[in-house]
Amino acid sequence: MSEQTQTGELAAQAHAAHGDEHAQGHGHNVSYGTYFLVWLGLVALTAVTVTIAGIHLGSLTLITAMLIAAVKTTLVGYHFMHLKYDNVIIKVFVLVCLVIFLTFWILTFSDLSFR
Amino acid sequence: MANGSLANEVSYLEYQGKHKGIMGWLLSVDHKRIGLMYLMGIMIFFFVAMTLGVMMRLEMLTPGETIMKPQTYNSVFTLHGVIMVFLFIIPAIPAVFGNFMLPIQIGAKDVAFPRLNLFSWYLYMVGAILAIVSLFIGDGPADTGWTFYVPYSIRSAQNVSITTMAAFVLGFSSIVTGLNFVVTIHRLRAPGMTWFRMPLFVWGLYATSWIQVLATPVIGITLALIMLERFMGVGVFDPALGGDPILYQHLFWIYSHPAVYIMILPAMGVVSEILPTFSRKDIFGYKQIAISSLGIALIGYLVWGHHMFVSGMSDTSRIVFSLLTFLVAIPTGVKIFNWVATLYKASIKFSAPLYYVLGFIFIFSIGGLTGLVLGALATDIHVTDTYFVVAHFHYVMFGGMGIMFFATMHYWFPKVFGKMYNEKLAIVACTVIIIGFNTLYFPMFIMGYMGMPRRYYDYLPQFQGWHILSTVGSWILVSGIVFMFGNLFYALLKGPKASMNPWGGTTLEWKVPSPPPLENFDEIPIVTGGPYVHDKATYIMYPSKEGINANGGVKTVNQEAAL
Repeated sequence: MSEQTQTGELAAQAHAAHGDEHAQGHGHNVSYGTYFLVWLGLVALTAVTVTIAGIHLGSLTLITAMLIAAVKTTLVGYHFMHLKYDNVIIKVFVLVCLVIFLTFWILTFSDLSFR
Repeated sequence: MANGSLANEVSYLEYQGKHKGIMGWLLSVDHKRIGLMYLMGIMIFFFVAMTLGVMMRLEMLTPGETIMKPQTYNSVFTLHGVIMVFLFIIPAIPAVFGNFMLPIQIGAKDVAFPRLNLFSWYLYMVGAILAIVSLFIGDGPADTGWTFYVPYSIRSAQNVSITTMAAFVLGFSSIVTGLNFVVTIHRLRAPGMTWFRMPLFVWGLYATSWIQVLATPVIGITLALIMLERFMGVGVFDPALGGDPILYQHLFWIYSHPAVYIMILPAMGVVSEILPTFSRKDIFGYKQIAISSLGIALIGYLVWGHHMFVSGMSDTSRIVFSLLTFLVAIPTGVKIFNWVATLYKASIKFSAPLYYVLGFIFIFSIGGLTGLVLGALATDIHVTDTYFVVAHFHYVMFGGMGIMFFATMHYWFPKVFGKMYNEKLAIVACTVIIIGFNTLYFPMFIMGYMGMPRRYYDYLPQFQGWHILSTVGSWILVSGIVFMFGNLFYALLKGPKASMNPWGGTTLEWKVPSPPPLENFDEIPIVTGGPYVHDKATYIMYPSKEGINANGGVKTVNQEAAL
């Protein structure tokens, strides 16, 4: 971490804090059982997606598929990518990306629903 | 550091590190050398794409076949577009001058991740090589246009896969550079350089970098989907399999419209550097210009649908996208008015960079205003897929970014190479370029309005006069460009030595030697004021000599590795 920033001291503190977080991130004990349960959940949701694809839900098809995908993404992000144990700033970054993605999604798919 | 005292006694061009000769460049993680390596690559591809453009204009000199077959014409305009957009326009200013100037302008010794910086150059070269390879292998070069629209890009027997792969890899290069710049701007500013003391070029790069990081992945995924469609027929864009071809256009333009701002925002940043320098006064409306960069980046995200007004998109979406398109003109207008106001009652020194900037303001205003014609639903339908669109985006991209790239080369040439060019010849070249540019592209507005479709190798006889004029314009333009590069190349070899600050600039790059030393600064400076103050010093270049402990000068691990 650089000490060139105008807040050099703060940067050093942040660096140290990040080190702690990092240590914590690797220090938490997640059991194989938890990972297995999350994996089972993902498989179950995939099965639901495939099943629903065969049912005619009309305009709800897209929203249902996206909701299931959103739940799956959250599970992967939270557990497998360790977002659950990560710094707040990382969560904020992910949230910003999600808001941008949601904006793209709404603008794109509102076109489909109005066509 | 390999040679502690030596690094800042010689320039980055002369410094001999661990590796000598060509390897001293290919393995260098110095931001300035990487910037120059980008310059080499970009110049080569610019000349290739320019040659393709001239060939297209020659083909259009007469109706029917002039110098090439229709299929060749399709491939030529595709490659012209792909090379110009992905290999020249997008990376030119950020990758060359962003790399070179950003760390110096914020008072840093390098970018935050020097190795990643070098990696992004290699990615760029791999993407470029793939694009070139696609010319010679398989069933011939791609013929889809640079937009790769489905369903044709899925069905075309030409070499679409490798060309899309090239764009995919180039996208990664762009993301990596953007990420590096965002972190650099956040973490490596010199003490005292607050956000509103940053040079406006840095603001332009900052807004651009966010677009690169957030929008480029979308094009990556979209191009990957084309490959999945071609090889596996997954059906995302195929209506027969429940897909939607218009979805492709949405996904493509979600990236490619913000990409227009990736192209133009750094160029606008350079305008905001050159104007105060040659006006000898502070820029008018610093904060407004800085925030308008972010405004353009933000609104620019939401206007992609204006490329699709006749695609079959819903009426509601067309109205929404049309409205949003008009909104993006506001922050752009803020910039233009502030630039002109900077010149008002200024002590103007007319030099080559300023001539280019004035040419840019004139040309870009035409490009911007004709954009409103395309943003309005009714008029857009009349001119969609005509030469009007071709003229508009050349006025914006070439007239905007291209002309400003030339301006940037002239403005920072003395700093980058430590040599001065012939000013009079540079102004002559600039004049020829601007005359040639307008002769080449303005007739296209007229032809487009009259109904001349784009991407046709043939045309009706009534358009021939305009086509001849346009082709003559291409000859004038190319003459000007060759003349300009000749002047700069001669200066590189035989030009007189440049002083540290030949233009009287006020930003940090003008406070270090020309060319700069390896680590840019002997000590990390302290910033005490805004970037464009002419009547007093706003930087303390040697804080330790003034008894100030700035807590600066300690290198990062990455910067250490750079040496």
